[in-house]
Amino acid sequence: MRLDQMREGQYGRIVRIGGESRLRQRILEMGLTKGSEIYIEKYAPLKDPLELTIRGCHVSLRVKEAAEIDVERLTGKK
Amino acid sequence: MEKRQLRIALAGNPNSGKTTIFNNLTGTRQKVGNWPGVTVEKKEGDIHKFGHDIKIIDLPGTYSLTPFSIEEIVARDFILDENPDVVIDIIDASNLERNLYLANQLRELDCKVIFALNMADVARSRGFKIDARKLSELLGVPVVFTVGNKNEGLDDLLKTAIELAASPLEIPEERRVRYSHDIEAAIREMRDYIDSRDGVTLSYDPRWTAVKLLEGDKIIKDRIREKMADQSEKILEKAEQLRGQLSKRLDDEPEIVMTDERYGFIAGIIKEVMSTSTRQRVDISRNIDLVLTNRFLGFPIFIFFIWAMFQITFTLGVYPMEWIDAGVGYLSAFFEYVLPDSVLKDLIIDGVIAGVGSIAIFLPNILLLFFCIALFEDTGYMARAAFLMDKIMHLIGLHGKSFIPMLMGFGCNVPAIIATRSLESRKDRILTILITPFMSCSARLPVYIVLAGTFFAAHAGTVIFMIYLFGIAVAIVSGRLFRTALLKGEDAPFVMELPPYRVPMMKNLLIHMWDRSKMFLKKMGGIILVGSIVIWVLSSYPQHIQYSKDYDAQIEQVKQSYDDKISRSDAVKAARLQQEQSARIETLASAKEAERAEKSYIGRIGKFIEPVFEPIGIDWRGSVALLTGFVAKEIVVSTMGVLYAAEGDAESDALRNALQESGMTALSALSMMIFVLLYVPCLATLGAIGRETGSMKWTFFNLGYTTAVAWGMSFVVYQGGRLLGF
Repeated sequence: MRLDQMREGQYGRIVRIGGESRLRQRILEMGLTKGSEIYIEKYAPLKDPLELTIRGCHVSLRVKEAAEIDVERLTGKK
Repeated sequence: MEKRQLRIALAGNPNSGKTTIFNNLTGTRQKVGNWPGVTVEKKEGDIHKFGHDIKIIDLPGTYSLTPFSIEEIVARDFILDENPDVVIDIIDASNLERNLYLANQLRELDCKVIFALNMADVARSRGFKIDARKLSELLGVPVVFTVGNKNEGLDDLLKTAIELAASPLEIPEERRVRYSHDIEAAIREMRDYIDSRDGVTLSYDPRWTAVKLLEGDKIIKDRIREKMADQSEKILEKAEQLRGQLSKRLDDEPEIVMTDERYGFIAGIIKEVMSTSTRQRVDISRNIDLVLTNRFLGFPIFIFFIWAMFQITFTLGVYPMEWIDAGVGYLSAFFEYVLPDSVLKDLIIDGVIAGVGSIAIFLPNILLLFFCIALFEDTGYMARAAFLMDKIMHLIGLHGKSFIPMLMGFGCNVPAIIATRSLESRKDRILTILITPFMSCSARLPVYIVLAGTFFAAHAGTVIFMIYLFGIAVAIVSGRLFRTALLKGEDAPFVMELPPYRVPMMKNLLIHMWDRSKMFLKKMGGIILVGSIVIWVLSSYPQHIQYSKDYDAQIEQVKQSYDDKISRSDAVKAARLQQEQSARIETLASAKEAERAEKSYIGRIGKFIEPVFEPIGIDWRGSVALLTGFVAKEIVVSTMGVLYAAEGDAESDALRNALQESGMTALSALSMMIFVLLYVPCLATLGAIGRETGSMKWTFFNLGYTTAVAWGMSFVVYQGGRLLGF
């Protein structure tokens, strides 16, 4: 599934990052790399952008940008 | 022998505490300027410690050295081209993994690096334990623990830096980042290819150059083109060919795979040097954000903060403004007293003191506004504001962070434009700068008050509010227009860190505030000074005017005749006559002043350009008022006061009566208000635009665009209104 399809409070793991090169590079530099685990913190009051936690830091990105990231949901976590 | 000055550069992620360390190392001995050619703040400070003269340079905070943003390019170019003796990378120890990414890129650059593991106390409280010795061993880089805000470890850091500067550079080959087999093979091939070219002299590390070429780094390609003209094409061709091969084999762009592998390398190091205790850590920031970016509370709280910022700026600012105003008054009274009557005296009092005084009076506002902005930035709330506002701002093609500068525009456009520095992308910055002048600044308000109060009496408040809204609408339309026509291209990625909330340090806040205010004073002071002298010259020359009537004689006559009458009257009648006398003298004096203004250079210019303003319902007096408003928009009111020959306070009834008698209608007043709202921002704002865009082209574009829009809109309103029969 795509990252923008995830809901608040869900855990996931990044499978693939798409998009144009500059955006991908930016996403990677913020630590969102393949295989890393994320937690969807919340969506902004106007439903865009969204906030997630990765490696202990909070990162926000637009829904359109999140749509370039494929994730798998981790359901085992509380 | 005089020892050479050591140059130490500070690098690090945003929010890693770099600024605090810089402030603590240099204290108040810092110089703030711009990096050449770009509007990224450059800070440096000279200190003398442990027997060495040291220059500390604060590089822009970046997450990496991939040359996408100006900050990254500036930071990397400095290290590559200026060869600082040592680069200190400030690492947020509580966020080691992501911070090590930049740290590794610095290592790859082959310069002398020290890692400062900052905020070690926070890391400990979060349950992280970092084995510094092991980290140092694994990477071949000295590591020092620091706690920037408590001033701990900074002496250690400097000592280590001085030692490192004196020792030869050696990073053992085996401690470098190892890429996967295919990539390493390509790197080797690229390196060999460059080495085999004759007469190749690139001062950069050969392995690094090869890596960057395989990543398709634009800047390195440009450098190679510059430095080895005839060889460059072959080298770049080779690089493209290898990139193609790698892409095919890896099934992805090489730079993406390499970034992945760097993170892989870092993950390996993290495993060796860091242990996390099982203690569940409390994420205070998350709890704060439960409220501050809450679905329902987020916006109300945000609006409250903005409201509070304006309240503090404009109500608290009133008191010091009065003091400054009084001070300027005393100063001109002093010169009035000590200087003999001369042109120089007029120049000093009416030109220099009045002009500079008119800008100095804004200093309290500006200091307070920047203090609030610094507070937003240093606590970490600014990122949340961007998070909340991004959706709305994105509609105009802007970044969430553009909201704050645009909002500040309602106060004063100058600090608003300087505040666009918090935007990372140059396009966003230019776009925000170009539309900020449509935010109706506080200096335009007196003009609306006079005009709307005179011609729309009962509905003045509504009309003024509509004018503000109209400005916002023009800004939005212009924003969309610029984004699609002039500043095309992909939006900058929004991907942004929401840093942990921190209690700001007063010292940092004050330094932050003062740096920006100083810039305002220095640069704007010069422009305003020159501008006010020019306006003064234009409005007070030629000195000898052929008046249509001999006003002085008439005044004398009135004086005489009344004096006679008064001397022959009883006390009650004399008082009445006295009043009558001074009223008549005043009328004559202001008629003289009006004629003088009409025949001064600026009046002649007003007459000359009157045809331009006629279609929008503004006569020559209005035209002159608008011209003088170029220096500062509140001057429009005082010029109108002079030209419409009204006496006393600009907001008094006299000006209102005079305006109504002058043939101005509600419609032409509306047209004039719209013109004042939209036309050329004042001189200080234009100066700020010039500095912040770093381009005359954008400055003149803004000048032309705003004037054209103002004239066009006023034309539509005035002529449209007339067609409708108003």
